Amino acid sequence: MKKLVNWQSFTAGFWKENPILTLMLGLCPLLAISGSVTDSIGMGAAFTFVLVGSNVIISAIRRLVPNQVRIPVFIIIIAAFVTITDYFLAAFIPGLKKNLGVFLPLIVVNCIVLGRAEAFASRNNVVNSLLDGLGMGAGFTIVIVLMAAIREALGNGTLGPLRLFGPHYNPFLIMILPPGAFLVLGFLIALKNSLSERGKKC
Amino acid sequence: MLNQLNPGLIFLSAFLVNNILLIKFIALCSFFGLSSSFSASLGMGLAVVFVMVMSSSVSWAVYHFLLVPLHLEYLRTTTFILTIASLVQFEEIIIRKKAPALYRALGIYLPLITTNCAILAAAFLGIDYQFNFLQNVVYSLGVSGGYCLAILLFAGLRERVSSAPVPSSFQGVPIAFITASLMSLAFLGFKGLFKL
Repeated sequence: MKKLVNWQSFTAGFWKENPILTLMLGLCPLLAISGSVTDSIGMGAAFTFVLVGSNVIISAIRRLVPNQVRIPVFIIIIAAFVTITDYFLAAFIPGLKKNLGVFLPLIVVNCIVLGRAEAFASRNNVVNSLLDGLGMGAGFTIVIVLMAAIREALGNGTLGPLRLFGPHYNPFLIMILPPGAFLVLGFLIALKNSLSERGKKC
Repeated sequence: MLNQLNPGLIFLSAFLVNNILLIKFIALCSFFGLSSSFSASLGMGLAVVFVMVMSSSVSWAVYHFLLVPLHLEYLRTTTFILTIASLVQFEEIIIRKKAPALYRALGIYLPLITTNCAILAAAFLGIDYQFNFLQNVVYSLGVSGGYCLAILLFAGLRERVSSAPVPSSFQGVPIAFITASLMSLAFLGFKGLFKL
């Protein structure tokens, strides 16, 4: 028996099925955008909007789409939402659109979005798909903002508009540059591994 | 601007200075997914070179001869992904008929390429930089060559790392990220090669 509203589909994205930390999907925007906290929040919001929108529409038409052509149909729906986001940002927040650059249209081929459409939205009702989209989007946003906070604090001494370490801080520049992204994510996953190893021993 | 440069510099810029994997962070799923085996990396790298040059030329033509005259630029994302998906299918059929040996080498990587974001990104970037057709071909050659170079170097490194004594919580993916970080640092050194 499937319940009409299942809160688990919302909370799963946070930790247990976190799209990045456990599934290793959607790395490109994560590493590229996480140099700045403001951009990361924008990327998280755009990503969540596309995920929620496509999940809801795909779930609503899931009985109408023949099984053989479902993947192309899903991709066109996702592309439509990405185009909406792209033009919305171009009109209202052009600065953010410029910073996100090519990673905004590239949400189309992001494995998380198509993966959730295929694995969840095409098999569940509209409300649960909405919650799943929100949860996965939030899981993505949490990780990208956390990474951006670490990188921006160490590499620039700031956190959005705040100056953290006073005017004499000598920034750890490599953290803002591309190698820092790989380094921070490597250490974050190692931390998660050692936490779960410790959990097993107890 | 990049489109004022001569073709050699466009190639070098895409190949080394703005390496698509290590500096631009595009197509990382395949970078970390396939690079544990050298032969799989070689297959994927060659498939990417083959598909990217064709798909970005076709996308360039579709954009400039179809979308711009009809004022349909807002359909760019949808059109490009459909163009690339059908082109990959088409190429797969042709290779299977005409070059069975090549099909055996590239076969399983071709369907994967549709979701490889490097292909789509090269098509978008070629339009964004306002290249003409020839520059676009040179650019996509540089981008895909850079992809090949980075994924092959990385696969070689990972084979060496797999026999090294790594702390248990760093085994597997984390040490791969640290390795990639050091490689990226090395590629950052190419920034001084020429001024844009």
